[in-house]
Amino acid sequence: MIIRTHKIIPNSEITDPAIFKQRRQLIKAMLAMGITGSGIYSSFANANEVKWKDLPKGYQPKSPLIPTVDDIAKNHTNYYEFSFNKTDSTTLAQVLPIDPWSVEIAGEVQKPGVYHLEDLLSQQTLQEYIYRFRCVEAWSMVVPWIGFPLASLLKKVQPLSTAQFVQFTTLFDPKSMPNQADSRMLEWPYVEGLRMDEAMHPLTILATGMYGEALPKQNGAPLRLVVPWKYGFKSIKAIVKIEFLKRAPLSTWSKSAPNDYGFYANVNPDVPHPRWSQSSERVLGASFFTPRRKTELFNGYADEVAAMYSNMDLRHFF
Amino acid sequence: MLFRFLKPYNICFSVCLLPLFGIVFDMIFDNLGPDPVQALHIRLGDWSLRMLWLTLFITPIQKITLWQGMAQYRKLLGLYTFFYASLHVVVYLWLDQGLAWGAIATDIIESSYIWFGVLAFLIVLALAITTPKAMVKLLGKNWKKLHRNIYIASIAVIIHYYWQLKGNMAEPLFYLIILVILLGFRLAVWFKNRKFTKMMIPTTRKIKVVKLDSSVNQTLAGQSKTIVIEEVDTEAET
Repeated sequence: MIIRTHKIIPNSEITDPAIFKQRRQLIKAMLAMGITGSGIYSSFANANEVKWKDLPKGYQPKSPLIPTVDDIAKNHTNYYEFSFNKTDSTTLAQVLPIDPWSVEIAGEVQKPGVYHLEDLLSQQTLQEYIYRFRCVEAWSMVVPWIGFPLASLLKKVQPLSTAQFVQFTTLFDPKSMPNQADSRMLEWPYVEGLRMDEAMHPLTILATGMYGEALPKQNGAPLRLVVPWKYGFKSIKAIVKIEFLKRAPLSTWSKSAPNDYGFYANVNPDVPHPRWSQSSERVLGASFFTPRRKTELFNGYADEVAAMYSNMDLRHFF
Repeated sequence: MLFRFLKPYNICFSVCLLPLFGIVFDMIFDNLGPDPVQALHIRLGDWSLRMLWLTLFITPIQKITLWQGMAQYRKLLGLYTFFYASLHVVVYLWLDQGLAWGAIATDIIESSYIWFGVLAFLIVLALAITTPKAMVKLLGKNWKKLHRNIYIASIAVIIHYYWQLKGNMAEPLFYLIILVILLGFRLAVWFKNRKFTKMMIPTTRKIKVVKLDSSVNQTLAGQSKTIVIEEVDTEAET
């Protein structure tokens, strides 16, 4: 079962987890009783064996954030390689082979090559980062990621002075990713990018876990990017390649709809999407009578990151 | 008693309420997922769209089957469209936005897809207000003109649906195809009628009144004093 019922969730403004869980339990229990799909649900019951407890905190927000119920974060993903539906990826992604996993380092860098994931991880100290996660679709949650700063990996492979941008690529595996097989909607594999200073920023992390466990496959296992001040689509999943470039890469969404999704994709309530406002967001797990939350500039991380964009017109570089 | 209730109209009336019961059931049993307000909002929107589409089905069915007893169903479905659309709007204003009017104004101004929703709702609202018989009488000829705006509402609805999506377009495409068929039917009828009307307008000779039924012969025979026909184009009679 994917829900863990022993976790104590503090009361919060954003959710009524107790009731939520009870209902979930009931539904799952019904499922398990064989009404439907019990086989599917049990198939990933053992997916997360690794447990981290009481990891050091990688980042301390001024006012503590209360994580969204894990069941929501694990069942509400935009993983278009698998499905355009946010819940279906949870089951579909379980076929993804993630062990062994290697990451190619390429481009303007001193130590290019193909690295085993374990080798990369063994050099890193894992920490917990509790970040707000804001989707461009105007919903948000709070996720306790487990990972390490991207900067500490980049420093190890020694980018050249000519490296101005970093490009990330998701796995291309049409056998397990149905929408890659059918070339649906976007150009696959998914590509994202950051400016060098953004990539080196201490808030930018590579995550290998969340909620004290290994990253679930639907959330981007075994290795994903998390850039908390940018819209969620920048935080690319299942990374197989990190490439250092002289020029800005063309990210997948920018290529597909350049007027809708820019390269920067910084969370900004004053710069609406061409078709919808970004001024507020729906907080996942909130109760019926909790209205939308006002979206903050840079998703609330302005103090840390605004300096990187001080000379830029954020309407133009959206 | 039960037999009396089981009239097609009453059955239709009750069936149209089932989606609401379904939604309330899922609200009570917390079955609306991680974002219940959004889910509620979307489901009410979906049902107002479906009701509108069903309303648009009535006239083609009448025309094809030549059965004229369906006007009351068109009215019923039209009012259900208004009912679900109103709940959709109430959920947006109250549950989603918490009646924060400043935030609502910003949201609407910045979201072009909502403009089309607002347009569609205002039209459906106007049509609902002018439903009572007294209003039909009051508006006279204009009633039909006003109610033709349902076509504009339906187009606004499909844009409202399509423009808010980032990814999967399968569902709006499904409804779009049905709408194209429904509006295409009207267009075909209109086009056919126009061609017919054109044929009936003589290009060279003047006429005052043309009457194209069996009474024409009588009129020609001079039995009627109220209808005067100066000349009748030969084309008009074909």
